[in-house]
Amino acid sequence: MALLSPWRADFPALAVLEAQGQTYLDSAATAQKPQALIDALSGYYTCGAANVHRAQHQPAERATRAYEDARIKVAKWLNAACPTEIVFTRGATEALNLLAYGLEHLIEAGDEIVISALEHHANLLPWQQLAKRRNARLQVLPIDASGRIDLTAAAALIGPRTRLLAVSQLSNVLGCWQPLDPLLRLAKAQGALTVVDGAQGVVHGRHDMTTLGCDFYVLSSHKLYGPDGVGALYGRGESLLQLRHWQFGGEMVRIADYQSAEFHAAPLGFEAGTPPISGVIGLGATLDYLAGLDVAAIERHEQALHDQLLAGLAARDGIHLLGSPQVALASFVVDGVHHADLGHLLTEQGIAVRSGNHCAMPLMKHLGLDGATRVSLGLYNDETDLERFFSALDQSLALLR
Amino acid sequence: MTALPQAAAEALDTFGQASGWEQRARLLMQWGERLEPLDESERSEANLVSGCESRVWLVGAPHAGRWHFRAASDARLIRGLLAVLLARVNGLDAGELAGVDMADWFNRLGLSRQLSPSRSNGMNAVLQRMRELTG
Repeated sequence: MALLSPWRADFPALAVLEAQGQTYLDSAATAQKPQALIDALSGYYTCGAANVHRAQHQPAERATRAYEDARIKVAKWLNAACPTEIVFTRGATEALNLLAYGLEHLIEAGDEIVISALEHHANLLPWQQLAKRRNARLQVLPIDASGRIDLTAAAALIGPRTRLLAVSQLSNVLGCWQPLDPLLRLAKAQGALTVVDGAQGVVHGRHDMTTLGCDFYVLSSHKLYGPDGVGALYGRGESLLQLRHWQFGGEMVRIADYQSAEFHAAPLGFEAGTPPISGVIGLGATLDYLAGLDVAAIERHEQALHDQLLAGLAARDGIHLLGSPQVALASFVVDGVHHADLGHLLTEQGIAVRSGNHCAMPLMKHLGLDGATRVSLGLYNDETDLERFFSALDQSLALLR
Repeated sequence: MTALPQAAAEALDTFGQASGWEQRARLLMQWGERLEPLDESERSEANLVSGCESRVWLVGAPHAGRWHFRAASDARLIRGLLAVLLARVNGLDAGELAGVDMADWFNRLGLSRQLSPSRSNGMNAVLQRMRELTG
């Protein structure tokens, strides 16, 4: 029986893309949006926009309530202890930069910041630059052949000088879950703060902050079927107290004078300027939509699709996977074929996949590659998308080989 | 309008008759094989054009006022795109070069999407490097 997504019709773009001859298999870059989100954005703008946490008039009250409701929804989604543990940002990248500046005062010369070899630039560059500013050392945990962080090496590299560990939950290139529990335990045993980049991980399954036990968790709305321009930072109550303010202006200030000022605590103190109000409300609506779906059914569907993707790739000669992907995506290279050529010909056939370094240049270098092709799945993809992809792949390889 | 260089006229003729993406891809690969080779020393960091998803090297020098470029890439279709680009510009003087409408040229070959801003194949970066060389 063909594998059909029962949620496909909830995403109007899928039908539009199909009519344009486009097969969307790039959800790890950004996901398509459910009608519920489009309705919420349209509703907000149609019924009267207003700034939040400022004016006392009715439209402002309505906007503020919707904005704060979204905070409650994100907190529930992550099972945070309290909505005040959620800070809205303009994306996952900004959330990581917030941390790298907000925690800067805790890093001394000679301290160590630990990341892994598979990090996306967003979870590498803020720490690399922080290390440079403070004369600290950036330690890079190696990965094994399957694409998981090597725990033996981690046990040796996470030591008494480790002040902070920042790792991805799910690699955007290798598609494998990282061993967070033992890694977080290693870091905590050294008294280090822990940051988890959940940009990819949050899209697949539900993750519980009370059991995960990290200090900070970062997510991106647009990969989670929500609007772009919004991210969220979860910070455990006591961990948020360690953050210094980093962007100034707007309603993050409590008392301002010409020469000095006092600021709000988190979350408001870290939401300088007018926040992405419509986007945050849209994220809330997206989470409402997602919360109404059968999580187990989504997981089964995604897993079945992923199995088909891996089986199709394995059935073709000369294709090599990067690592051993478990969910959501697969990156691969083909013997004797340049990824740019393959990307070119797949594009010609209306297949939207990603070809290149996937914002992880050091990882590609580490793997000895200058790029790869990545197919990534959303809950709206179904078997026909994979059939179109494989047929286009076969055509491309026939031309190129 | 001045007459097209001979290689350009040939490209226009050949690509003009191509129907469909497969034929265009085959032609690009054929044209890519005709690129004048670069030797090892020319495949240097300095000649590498940044901003391409494949590695592209470009060298160029004027001979009696007329520019002659050579280019290489490790991707076959990119080599083809370089070949049709060079077919249009080789042999021109700096003034003529500055007057070439590249978007129009790729458009006439049925390859207009290869110059769109979201393309990371680097053709725009190659054009930029060409302008720097001839500047």
